[in-house]
Amino acid sequence: MSAYSETTVWLIIAALGCGSYLVRLSFLGILGNRDLPEWVLRHLRYTPVAILPALITPLVLWPQATGGALDAPRLSAAIVALSVGVWRKNAIAAVFAGMATLYGVGYFLG
Amino acid sequence: MRKAPSDSAYLSGIIGGLPFLLVLLPFGLLFGVLGTEAGLPLSQVMGFSFLVIAGSAQFTALQLMTENAPVLVVLASALAVNLRMAMYSASITPHLGAAPLWQRALLSYMLVDQTYAMAMQTYEAQPERSVRWKVVYFFGLATPICPLWYGATYAGAVLGATIPPEFALDFAVPITFLALVAPALRTLAHIAAAMTSVVMAVLLNWMPYNLWLMVAGITAMIVGAEVERRMSLAKAKLT
Repeated sequence: MSAYSETTVWLIIAALGCGSYLVRLSFLGILGNRDLPEWVLRHLRYTPVAILPALITPLVLWPQATGGALDAPRLSAAIVALSVGVWRKNAIAAVFAGMATLYGVGYFLG
Repeated sequence: MRKAPSDSAYLSGIIGGLPFLLVLLPFGLLFGVLGTEAGLPLSQVMGFSFLVIAGSAQFTALQLMTENAPVLVVLASALAVNLRMAMYSASITPHLGAAPLWQRALLSYMLVDQTYAMAMQTYEAQPERSVRWKVVYFFGLATPICPLWYGATYAGAVLGATIPPEFALDFAVPITFLALVAPALRTLAHIAAAMTSVVMAVLLNWMPYNLWLMVAGITAMIVGAEVERRMSLAKAKLT
């Protein structure tokens, strides 16, 4: 975070705020009641599952806190959170299971 | 003068929004805690929740900022996560498009995952409702949801300042993302997109300025859409 001045952070917040608002306003406020082409809709459906896994992967495989070494508590926490999330379809349960594994395995391994 | 139909629309909106508090409270708290731990002042942590008002985009920006990624990469990645809301905006327009512009401008600010999901479910179950009813219902949904997001963020930010760094909170972000993605892996196409995203992130990690994130995201999006297209073609052939 040290790479940014306070003004830069405010600029990021403002730009993200405006951008997100314009995305939400796009059809409801500006483009109105017209159909998106089917191929556009089809791509938009996958934006979260396309971006977030790529963001997660290096954090799990090469965590900064361990200097980039694969780490048993973090790896098992990730596997548990993913499994519980897929199985229960419940994000909160997945967070709790993951954090419990992180602390549990970390405690047993000292 | 009281208008009976809108009163009940507002009330049913509030009741429809209440269950989501259970989801939003922990994520709002977590954003407040992690934002503070990452070194943001309270005003900026709150700025995120007020102006961006989208959990996954906020966590994405925060994570990339702790990695000191270039500003453009932070913006592009977090906005890409929010692109799904263009789909929300398009699909809710047949229901709300006839409302006055100022109402639509306000509704757009409050168009988040939870209000969208609940509103669409109700509108599709009760298509005979008037536009006015639907607008008031939406405001009802947002009444508990939006303030709770700000409140939980604030509580987390105040709390975060008191949490010692020994707690491995660095890993709360990946856990949160996993928890948000896992329930979305409903179809083969979603799974294919997620797998592509992971493989590309590993293969392209040599790219500078976190550019691998954009390339992986776009490729995975195309793979997901293509798998969906082929699946529906195959299904059409069978019938």
